[in-house]
Amino acid sequence: MREIKAGDITRAVSSLFKQANYELGKDVLTALKRARREEESPSGREVIDTILKNADIASNEGIPLCQDCGTAVVFLEPGQDVHITGGDLYKAVNEGVRRAYAEGYLRRSIVSQPFSERANTGDNTPAVIHTDIVPGDKLKITVLPKGGGAENMAKLGMLLPSDGRQGLVEFVVNAVDEAWSKPCPPVIIGVGIGGTAEKAVSMAKHALLRRVGEPSPDAEIADIEREILGKVNNLGIGPMGYGGRITALAVHAESFPTHITSLPVAVNLQCHSARHRETIL
Amino acid sequence: MVKKVKLPLTEETLAELRAGDNVLLSGILYVARDAAHKRMVEALERGESLPFDIKGQTLYYMGPSPAPPGRPIGSAGPTTSARMDMYTPRLLVAGLKGMIGKGVRSAEVKGAMKKHQAVYLAAIGGAGALISKTIIKSEVIAYQDLGPEAILRLEVKHFPATVINDIHGGDLYVEGKAKYRRKDNG
Repeated sequence: MREIKAGDITRAVSSLFKQANYELGKDVLTALKRARREEESPSGREVIDTILKNADIASNEGIPLCQDCGTAVVFLEPGQDVHITGGDLYKAVNEGVRRAYAEGYLRRSIVSQPFSERANTGDNTPAVIHTDIVPGDKLKITVLPKGGGAENMAKLGMLLPSDGRQGLVEFVVNAVDEAWSKPCPPVIIGVGIGGTAEKAVSMAKHALLRRVGEPSPDAEIADIEREILGKVNNLGIGPMGYGGRITALAVHAESFPTHITSLPVAVNLQCHSARHRETIL
Repeated sequence: MVKKVKLPLTEETLAELRAGDNVLLSGILYVARDAAHKRMVEALERGESLPFDIKGQTLYYMGPSPAPPGRPIGSAGPTTSARMDMYTPRLLVAGLKGMIGKGVRSAEVKGAMKKHQAVYLAAIGGAGALISKTIIKSEVIAYQDLGPEAILRLEVKHFPATVINDIHGGDLYVEGKAKYRRKDNG
């Protein structure tokens, strides 16, 4: 049994959210530079140049990459041999969010009641926390400040088993086509295939954490990712929807066994400002 | 070629702008998003006047991050315009001439823009740090109680934007997509 202090979790979460909001990951920058070389449309290339320039300004001058500093999504992977001391785990995470958004001049975008009153909670809490218990005595924390524009384009389809691979590919391509210019393309497309409704949606979100463009370790899933990317990049939407070749930087899919009657497919879009950071305590 | 454009927009400028033009805007922009739109349209429906003279002005759909010390504003990129669509035709009747946001507008808004000879421009979503540097001054002018959704008056210099819908029926989102679309897309 290894002890981890709640206060250390708060500090880690706070620091990760600040970093994520000011600095794009190297993998995202590399994918954007590659997209800049491959984009055929002049206005598409200009958009990507502006996105790269924005990333420089954000990190050099300490201005958040985007004014939408996101919903605070947090993935926790505590080892089963970890014991949290000195406080409640989820309270520690939310305190980290509170500090990051206040100290980092990040926009607080969460409303407490979603359907009528919509009053801002004032500190960007509560975080949306996903916990997955794993072997070992460490705690992995991943933060994903998720912007609303792309999140609003998420889709779940409970397809028929007979729809098969072709049906799921079409479902994902249509979701991106319908989202059009709204989710701030070029996007990263998270796909969850199988499980139950909520399992598919959760995999689609989790898939966004993968290094941009790294294929699935499963050969058939990797092939589906390539097929979807090829089709999406023929839609013509292009960077910010001004017309062009690069509508998506990558497709990341995860799969899980499902019921004999089911073929759930979920899509979660990540805007080009793909901000996430992780650490291991 | 980038066109330098002065705000508020004049009739000559409105006639010159074409879908696909990159422009650098300088002058005054008013910032309003969801809650401010709702309140403005409710005021007009009651026969009241708006907290600023909207005739000929340009609205920017944006909700900034907090201004760090020494800066007029924080990150300041556009938000999705579609959420404003249900309020926009009423504001066009009141004299609004330009809008800046991101993403496609409804058929109703496009129709109203054509009728009232107004333009829609997009700024690059996710370029909030870069856009922030073109904002010289920011002040809350109305609906202070709405917090991050209050109406702001911005003074901008060389604010980068792209014309999406011009007054001649041009539509960059539709034309751009058609130009680069290939057959094998599922």
